[in-house]
Amino acid sequence: MISRRDFLQTSMAAAALYGGSGFGNWARLAAQQALTQDQLLDFDTFGNVSLIHVTDIHAQLKPIYFREPSVNIGVGGNKGAVPHVTGADFRKLYGIDDGSPSAYALTHDDFSALAKGYGKVGGLDRVATVINSIRAARPDALLLDGGDTWHGSYTCHQTQGQDMVNVMNALKPDAMTFHWEFTLGSDRVAELVEGLPFAALGQNIFDAEWDEPAELFPPYKFFERGGVKIAVIGQAFPYMPIANPGWMFPEYSFGIRDERMQEMVDEVRAQGAELVVCLSHNGFDVDKQMAGKVTGIDVILSGHTHDALPEPVLVGDTIIVASGSNGKFVSRVDLDVRDGRMMGFRHKLIPIFSDVITPDAEVSALIDAQRAPYIDKLTEVIGRTGDDQTLYRRGNFNGTWDDLICDALISEREADIALSPGVRWGPSILPGQDITREDIWNVTSMSYGKAYRTEMTGEFLHVVLEDVADNLFNPDPYYQQGGDMVRVGGLGYRIDVTKPQGDRITEMTLLKTGEAIDPAKTYQVAGWASVNEGTEGPQIWDVVEAHIAKQGTISLDPNNSVKVVGA
Amino acid sequence: MELTRRNAIILGASALFVAGLPKQSAAAATSDELIAAFTGGAEIGTGDIKLTAPEIAENGNTVPIEVSSDTAAEILVLAMGNPTPSVATFKFGKLAASRAASTRIRLAGTQDVVAIAKLDDGSFVQASSTVKVTIGGCGG
Repeated sequence: MISRRDFLQTSMAAAALYGGSGFGNWARLAAQQALTQDQLLDFDTFGNVSLIHVTDIHAQLKPIYFREPSVNIGVGGNKGAVPHVTGADFRKLYGIDDGSPSAYALTHDDFSALAKGYGKVGGLDRVATVINSIRAARPDALLLDGGDTWHGSYTCHQTQGQDMVNVMNALKPDAMTFHWEFTLGSDRVAELVEGLPFAALGQNIFDAEWDEPAELFPPYKFFERGGVKIAVIGQAFPYMPIANPGWMFPEYSFGIRDERMQEMVDEVRAQGAELVVCLSHNGFDVDKQMAGKVTGIDVILSGHTHDALPEPVLVGDTIIVASGSNGKFVSRVDLDVRDGRMMGFRHKLIPIFSDVITPDAEVSALIDAQRAPYIDKLTEVIGRTGDDQTLYRRGNFNGTWDDLICDALISEREADIALSPGVRWGPSILPGQDITREDIWNVTSMSYGKAYRTEMTGEFLHVVLEDVADNLFNPDPYYQQGGDMVRVGGLGYRIDVTKPQGDRITEMTLLKTGEAIDPAKTYQVAGWASVNEGTEGPQIWDVVEAHIAKQGTISLDPNNSVKVVGA
Repeated sequence: MELTRRNAIILGASALFVAGLPKQSAAAATSDELIAAFTGGAEIGTGDIKLTAPEIAENGNTVPIEVSSDTAAEILVLAMGNPTPSVATFKFGKLAASRAASTRIRLAGTQDVVAIAKLDDGSFVQASSTVKVTIGGCGG
């Protein structure tokens, strides 16, 4: 049988087999199927320093499918600015051909058709190959992990992050910063961080009681590479106790703390830093704003909002690099640092096409060893997708995975309305694909996954939607938390993203009756991922598994219940 | 030993004069009344006053804020959206080594926190910061 690698490398005559959408440019697709590892890794080594950035892996050890968003709305000064550009506009902006490997990697159109041609993405054994190849060209390249690494899968949950620590340690990072890691609880975080053979950085991680820097997380670390004195400053996710359950890590306080960031930059410059790199989990728009306020940062390696950009964005003298999520991309940034300053850069966002890049055998074996104790549980098939049904999450509003989860909550928990968190992680499933237990955990796994059932008044539901909408659409990025809109089932609404908080959400409708939501009336609401301590209910992955098992084949009605205006 | 804030507090080395607001009448004074009483109706400009507050409160019941100024004699802090807007007035003596103060305040909801300083020269300056109080959840 022809393997997918051969298939891609030998060019494909039968591309039309996968067509039928009339949207992509299939002839060109066929021509461009000749994709090789050498092409993906091709890089003319430049300057004297190399940075390798991975971020938001969300515990995806193995290759997956990941559909990029079709809806990613920018507000205020970021309206229409990257990363708030999707689909054809994105391809036009970067000169990407329809149906090309870059189109598949970076945009959503024709996703399932292209996925069948180009295959899965990611896999840390493939990432290892890319890192090794960069290190072959530049042995002292710095590998920096932007965090959201120890969260997001069955095995990560069962091992409390140990599987990810074991595999990442084999890749030999030089530093890391944090977000979802803290949802393992502060004791477990401390235990893992104390054992790390690399720096755990966060200039904005503070002791909550004393409001002074937490001792476990230094603000920065110096490296001497290519004769250049480099300072890497860590910036953890600023809104951890707000977006995630603060009761799980009550000892810590975060915040953007851009004034302290400036102090740290000044401090490392005074100590002779010739290159200042910020390893950030701020989210892209927050990083842009911070780059405009803090002077002296050369490179921000940006994480959290899961954006993948083929070119860095320049703010003043700072370049901001966004490297995607779920192990789908690795960024390589080569820098020319002379006379104590950054003179130039060369950058490549490397898509990890897992059928093109040869897995590193050692890391493959290590990954399989992490999974071996759980392999029967992981691979058990619970259901499958219908022939026209892709399951995905990423986007500002409901994805199909969310619709399925909300359906599960409504039917299994006998609710009128379902709420599901607007997280940005969670791989995609193609049409006609088996859904395994692992797949379900990939989109639900967390340490506070209990599915609650409660009564909410119409008024409170409105408050909830307005509150979350402001976390996404506040025109000042510093007030955004970097998640997407809360997903809803059984409920329709209209949102005007240009309005202030309190005025964005109107026309709330109970879908099962078609009636307007009555502020004074009480509704049965099921949801999960509550940040409140003591939440009770079955685990969300069990709820979703039971629902999928009953359905057998998943085929969802298109969801048109959210009307978006002002975008 | 590096002098951290913790050590400073343990050593009892704080040299601030902190005073609550003078007792107002039974009904809470409005922020306008409080400002008028503090400034005597004088014009308020911008300048040597710095207010540090989080953009989004981690816990609306205890929000850390800090005010500082090199030349302030007094700094009035108001939570404009609270039922009782008065927070504190910090008074600094001529010999104060550092004219800065920090405290934790309770915020009823998203609102502006305002600091107004009376400088040594008798003029008034103001800084303000919007602190968002949110019900949380759903971070990517």
